[in-house]
Amino acid sequence: MYNGKYIIPGLIVFLALVLFPFIKGIGLEPLKVETEKPKNSKECVLKTEKMRDVHMVLLNEWRDDVIRNGKRVFTNESGKQFNMSLTNTCMGCHENKDKFCDKCHVEVGVNPYCWTCHNTSPLKKEGEK
Amino acid sequence: MQRSRRDFLKLAGVSALGLSAGTLGFLGEGAQAADALPTATDFAKPAKAKQWGMVIDTAKFDDALHKKCIDACHNYHNVPKIEGKQEIKWLWTEEFHGAFPTERPAFLADAQEHRKYLLLCNHCANPACTRVCPTKATFKNDEGLVMMDYHRCIGCRYCMAGCPYGARSFNFRDPGEFIAKDKLNLQYPHRTRGVVEKCTFCVEMLAQGKQPLCVQASGGAMVFGDLEDPKSEIRKVLKEKYAIRRNPSAGTEPSVFYIL
Ligand code: SF4
Ligand code: SF4
Repeated sequence: MYNGKYIIPGLIVFLALVLFPFIKGIGLEPLKVETEKPKNSKECVLKTEKMRDVHMVLLNEWRDDVIRNGKRVFTNESGKQFNMSLTNTCMGCHENKDKFCDKCHVEVGVNPYCWTCHNTSPLKKEGEK
Repeated sequence: MQRSRRDFLKLAGVSALGLSAGTLGFLGEGAQAADALPTATDFAKPAKAKQWGMVIDTAKFDDALHKKCIDACHNYHNVPKIEGKQEIKWLWTEEFHGAFPTERPAFLADAQEHRKYLLLCNHCANPACTRVCPTKATFKNDEGLVMMDYHRCIGCRYCMAGCPYGARSFNFRDPGEFIAKDKLNLQYPHRTRGVVEKCTFCVEMLAQGKQPLCVQASGGAMVFGDLEDPKSEIRKVLKEKYAIRRNPSAGTEPSVFYIL
């Protein structure tokens, strides 16, 4: 191979770097995040697993439905109805953002900016008066 | 028969409102409001219209009533209190020449000249602001409300240049810092830096079948309703009394009327 003595070691280094996180993770416990569950309600808008996957999609759809289409009531699979509101529905149950939302968001390093405006709750944030 | 039941319901509504105003405290102690969150049932009977509009009977207002209406609006919607040029206004007052610069009555009567006029976004039938918005963050919905999607606003301020009424304010700074923490209404978001904001005609109240907050607070000095419905209360008022609009020559067809 033309210039093989450079390319092959280069490729090996490249693959080692790219695969390093996966190799290092072999055999480790899966990531577990302990969040505080809502105290006053048992049923979420969607099933827990689904919520874990698509809550951001759901919130985007809610936002468009409420503002653009004037649709404010969401009916879930079991026929239960909810006010489509991050502040008043989601944060009404998940009172403590620090102990619920932030737990995962911090762990996986995503930084949603929903709370620059919503859940403007100085009373319910940890360590703040 | 029907009439009296209607009156009873109205009264019941008003007293319920009084009660909930006490516990909800939406005129100030918003932070305590957390236990009375609106649920899906609250939105079961929305108030509907083709073009929402408002009549303001200016003679019925004094400074105290102006303040009451402004506080009702600004406290609920978490409108920050900033002094000077960066002020954020949803509902504000101005004297005659500021409010109606294109009306040029000579020798204006004292009563009208020295009166203050309550100003807000006119939710124009033919708004200039929506036409110039490049992202469609501001748009007119099918009830005649000129809405803002703050999520989509890029802060270019074309709408502010487009609006002939100065009805929009720009957040030069983080508004959160200018809302007293004990005044914060947790049920309603505030805005962020770099976003334009304005009166919404209380779309969230209309969706619950209620009147806008300033109209509720005005004790009858403001009338709100569907301008396209000839049988509505607002049309009745407009039929009886002469009312003017701000800067009608701009051609935006404002939906807010002033009885002088
Ligand atoms: S008053 Fe201004 S901001 Fe409001 S709808 Fe009319 S043009 Fe738009
Ligand atoms: S209609 Fe609602 S948002 Fe507009 S000025 Fe009145 S209280 Fe404020």
